[in-house]
Order: sequence, then structure tokens, then C-alpha cells
Amino acid sequence: MKTIMDVINFIIHAPGSLSVYLAVGALLFAIGFFGFFRHRTLVGMLVSGELILAGASLNFMAFAHFRAADPVVGQAFALFIMGIAAAEAAIVLSIMIAVYRNYHSIDARDLKEMEG
Amino acid sequence: MTIHLTPEILNTVTVTLFFAGVVAVTLAGAVIAVAARRLVYSVSGLALSFMGLAGLYVFLNSPFLALMQILIYIGAVCIVIMFALMLANPKDEPSLLPHHVLVGLSYLLVAGMLAVGLMMVIAKSHWMPKAVQINSGTVEDLGRALLTQFGFAFELISVVLLLAILGALVVARSGRRSQS
Repeated sequence: MKTIMDVINFIIHAPGSLSVYLAVGALLFAIGFFGFFRHRTLVGMLVSGELILAGASLNFMAFAHFRAADPVVGQAFALFIMGIAAAEAAIVLSIMIAVYRNYHSIDARDLKEMEG
Repeated sequence: MTIHLTPEILNTVTVTLFFAGVVAVTLAGAVIAVAARRLVYSVSGLALSFMGLAGLYVFLNSPFLALMQILIYIGAVCIVIMFALMLANPKDEPSLLPHHVLVGLSYLLVAGMLAVGLMMVIAKSHWMPKAVQINSGTVEDLGRALLTQFGFAFELISVVLLLAILGALVVARSGRRSQS
């Protein structure tokens, strides 16, 4: 009975507990990691990379909100991650268009000119 | 034993239900983004996941970050990926699991082990005690910190974005002349 009440208590107070956010961040990272290997196209790999970055910034935000003396640091870091991710997406997409022009495919397995 | 439904408890339960919904949207979107066979669904799942993440940011007391998440990630990054998808028009992924079932299962196994290991680390570790917060993390505090404490990084990231735009233009333009 006590453990059931403990579980209910934990679930009720989930929005205010650090480990729940960390767990969500870890799951996002693991899902993105899986997708990075499963997807065969460059777009799919880019999407998975964005998921990994999202998990990282959720971790920063959670620690800044629950533990840090200055919660602004986490928000600023997440903003910078957004900027980097936007720049990365622009570069990757332009590379993809250049690759498509040369190979007429964005399947990662077709790009094997340098394969030994 | 009975639980009396006072307004306070009801409020907490409502907040918790919203939180559970937001977490479910985040994870479901991520799974769709990874598991979908068509890339358009994949990008849509990514947008859904970012929507849930914006909700999580609201729970973390930073609504400005939530709005930026929607504006930049959903409004810009996902749309740009969608445009590139339309330009390149890739074939749908031929099979759900790449070249062999065992290879796909091993990817799943590695990712699952990663998730379980991270969960165990999270459950076992004792974080340092909560520090006394010197501000409440409002938009005003964030703006002041961005232009004073993080002023250099702020300027640097604008240079990075400018270079990324120029680089993207150069890379996407190169090779166009040789074709025509």
C-alpha cells in the first residue's frame, strides 16, 4: 500500500521533479540515436540529429531550472543551441541539394564515390 | 482510504495530466520521426515532437524559450527541411529495416541499452542540492544576461549564422553552371 501511494505521489509531483525531465531528454537522445542509424536518407539523418540536439537542450533547461543558481544560463544555452541547429540545418540542406545535383539521389548508400 | 478532492488537489491533478500529455506528444513525435517510412511523415513527427518540447519548456518556467522553439524549429527548420524534401524528391525508404533484420534489431538493441543505462544513471545519481536562485529567469532577466554576460557569444552566433547563410548559398550554387 505504501509503495502504491509512493508511486501515485511521484506521478502527481512529476512536473516538479528533475529526473522526469532528464528521463525525457535521455529518451529523446536514444530515439534520435536509433534514427540516425536506421534512416537511409540524408534528410532522415538530419531529423534524427535535430532530435538529439533537442534532448540535449532539454537537459540544460531542466538543470538550470531545478539546480542552478542562475536559471537564465540554461535558457541562454538553449537559445544558442537553437541558433547552431538552424545554421546546421541550412548548411546540411544546401549540401544535400548540391549532392542531389551530382548523384540524383540523397540516399546515404548511393554516395559511395570514395568507397574503397 | 479516501482522497478528498479539494480544489488544490484537483489543480495539481490537472497540471499533472497536462504534463503527461505534453511528454506523450514529445515522445510520440520523436518515435514517428524515427520510425515513419515516408520522409514527409518523419518531418511532421519532428514538428510534433518540438511542439511537445515547447510545452515542456513552459513547465520549466520559460515561456519565451517555448515561443522561440515553435518559431525557429517548427516555423523555420521543419519548413526548410520540407522544402528541401520537395526539391530533392527522394524515393521513399525501401524497407523499414535496413539491409537485414538483424542489423535493424542491433540498432534497436544499442539504442535501448543507451536509454536504459541513462535512466539508471539518472535514478542512481544524487544531484547537488538546489542552489539559491539569484533571479527568477523571466524574459527581462534573459534579455539582460544575453546582452551583458553572454554578449560575446551573442555576437559570435550572429556571425556564425551569417557565415552559414553565405556558405549555404555558395554550396548550393556551385555546380549549377556546369550542368546548364
